[in-house]
Amino acid sequence: MWRLKGHRLGVVLAAGTMALAANSSAAQDKEVVFGLQCDRTGATQTVGVFLCPGYHDYIALMNSKGGVEGFKIRVVEIDHEYKVPPAMEAHERFKKEGEVLEGLYGTPQTAALAKKLEEDKILGTSPGFGAAAAADGKRFPYLFPVAATYWSQVAAAVEFAKKQLGGSLNGKKIAYLFFDNPAGKEPLVILEDLAKSEGFELRTFAVPSPGVEMAAQVLDITGRFRPDFVITHLFGRSPSVSIKELKGKGFPLSKVVSLVWGSSEADIKAAGGFSAAQGYNAMQFAGVGEDFPVIKEIIDMYKGEGKPAPKELDTSVYYNRGVMIAALHVEALRNAIKAKGGAAPTSEDVKNGMEMVKGFTLGGLVPPMTITPEDHEGGGWVQVWTVKNGKFEKTTDWFQAHRDLIKKHLLASAQN
Amino acid sequence: MFHRESGVFKTSYAADMALYPLPIARWTVAALLVLFAVVAPLSLHEYYLSIINLVLIAVVGALGLNILVGYTGQISIGHAAFMSVGAYTAANLAVKAHLPFWITLPAGGLMAALIGAIVGIPSLRIKGLYLAIATLAGQLIIEWTINHVPWISGGAQASIQVPRPSLLGYELRTQGQLYFFLLFFTVVAIVATLNLVRSRIGRAFVAIRDQDIAAEIIGIDIFRYKLLSFAISSFYAGVCGVLYTYYLGIANYEQFQIVVSIDYLAMIIIGGLGSVLGSILRATFVTFLPIVIRWTRESFGGLFFNPSELPGTISSLRLIVFGALIILFLVMEPEGLNRLWRNIRNYFRVWPFSY
Repeated sequence: MWRLKGHRLGVVLAAGTMALAANSSAAQDKEVVFGLQCDRTGATQTVGVFLCPGYHDYIALMNSKGGVEGFKIRVVEIDHEYKVPPAMEAHERFKKEGEVLEGLYGTPQTAALAKKLEEDKILGTSPGFGAAAAADGKRFPYLFPVAATYWSQVAAAVEFAKKQLGGSLNGKKIAYLFFDNPAGKEPLVILEDLAKSEGFELRTFAVPSPGVEMAAQVLDITGRFRPDFVITHLFGRSPSVSIKELKGKGFPLSKVVSLVWGSSEADIKAAGGFSAAQGYNAMQFAGVGEDFPVIKEIIDMYKGEGKPAPKELDTSVYYNRGVMIAALHVEALRNAIKAKGGAAPTSEDVKNGMEMVKGFTLGGLVPPMTITPEDHEGGGWVQVWTVKNGKFEKTTDWFQAHRDLIKKHLLASAQN
Repeated sequence: MFHRESGVFKTSYAADMALYPLPIARWTVAALLVLFAVVAPLSLHEYYLSIINLVLIAVVGALGLNILVGYTGQISIGHAAFMSVGAYTAANLAVKAHLPFWITLPAGGLMAALIGAIVGIPSLRIKGLYLAIATLAGQLIIEWTINHVPWISGGAQASIQVPRPSLLGYELRTQGQLYFFLLFFTVVAIVATLNLVRSRIGRAFVAIRDQDIAAEIIGIDIFRYKLLSFAISSFYAGVCGVLYTYYLGIANYEQFQIVVSIDYLAMIIIGGLGSVLGSILRATFVTFLPIVIRWTRESFGGLFFNPSELPGTISSLRLIVFGALIILFLVMEPEGLNRLWRNIRNYFRVWPFSY
């Protein structure tokens, strides 16, 4: 009797230990960690509260399908409130968790971590943040903008204005209304060069932080300068103010194009709704709306769990950007795992995997970018969407502009 | 700090002036020094060292602000701007003139002290809220200048990459190496402040804080000491900015914006005005609180909330806890963490014979 009992107990214990061991070894082998920095409570929370759920939902979708090549992804998110020291702490924490890549968030944070990422050999993506020079993969081997930089965006904006104004900018006048911070001033060099080569007259109008007061600048634009086209590059609450002010002064919004941080549904709603902002052109580096297979799959996944579709989809511009960042991370991971024949990848493998991303469009949500060891931007593709009939409608397909000029500036900035 | 004792009767001036009059205090300080210089770097994971590094930098900044606000009674909302002055001075010297950190660090501090003294000039005529607005102007002017003068800011990005600090040809780059770098300067800053506040200058500061007219009547040169206070406080801020620059490898004015000034000012309340230990506790508390809240959330949050909604729902919790703590401190312990510590210490000193 005693022996039997002991025997049984032993079997149970052994089985339990084996199960545990198998479990934990499976978890170790078949799990990769992504670090995600986010801002849900700081200065740019208007973006973060939509973008980060998009990221998580895509990863959850991948995990629900059995993971990437058999690997489950665990995302560690840290909210850094758009402050630099917590971003530093977040990076060290991700490293401790064994991250293979890191989603950066915010221009100063990207600048502060650029060196650290290189020392730790972990790739960081900074879509829409950080210096345009980071597109140069030779100079910043571990920094990946993976979306059009401000230089590419403004070049595309000029190209868009040219098309809208009948194919020539010669003798035309373009106003550039920008947030007076490093990110806002970054495109100036490109604009100045294009003004010379395209023959338009450029005048710049700086809006000081926090950017909610720009009546004087807009009056100057509409009353004195009277431009043919306005390019705006604003952040946070200020894009909606610019829409209101320009409309209030009677400037046609169809002659305005905003760079990527002034182009969400939330901005339009804050400016008085889609009917008020009729004609406003918004530049995008990811697809807009719910009309993509991947978004449908996410909604189906929610339905399968008996939940309504994520409410963050209301601001699909930022939500889809989150999905796009996650999708590129997953694609880099997939390339890395494939290259290693199914083994667990290191951060260095994932970095090489990111440099192999090509022809990955996710049904039109992601631009047709080609990331190479030299070009971490992927070609600088954008779309312009226009406010029409109460929603965003696609005006142009993915396009890139003035690549030679951008390359020239990348080269010049690498030299000094 | 944690070493005063009643009933100690000194027989010489030297004994009276000693920083640590009791043997137990000397032993505590020695033990702490061993803990931080030997035990911590050997036993802690790099991640925890990185948190301590951030605390060390914040301590220097907090000490500086405390000299001005806590000891001299002058208010300043320009502290972050002085940090950026130090940061850019050091970065420019390190990049353009290739100077090592032991020159750029004091240079950054001195430049910040100079600018701080200039911004402090209005303090001679105005007080309180009005002075706050004057220093606010200083903050905005410095921010604007750095943003718009490429010679200072190094171009449109307004950020300058600096090389890692190197000592005798040995480059400090890991968190462990930077830990010793930061620890050294933080210890120097703490010791300097402890000595400053009990010197002739420190006593003049306290006199000005308590009643500046009375201070003037007993012969304190208000003009000199107010500006000196601004200069010393800004020197600490500048050094803090230089430490940030070397720690991150980049000088970037966007990390020294007005929010940071207000953060430092608001949080000094938690630590306790006019105490060195308070500044240290404050910096530790403010850096650790968000991290502790996050750990709690990650460990126990799943019990109460849907895990997939966790990051969204509970990010705001930190702000709520933070705000609640400030109100709690203001209502229940206006003298801050420092007073709390003293209460605990006093309780246990006579425990269990509390009568």
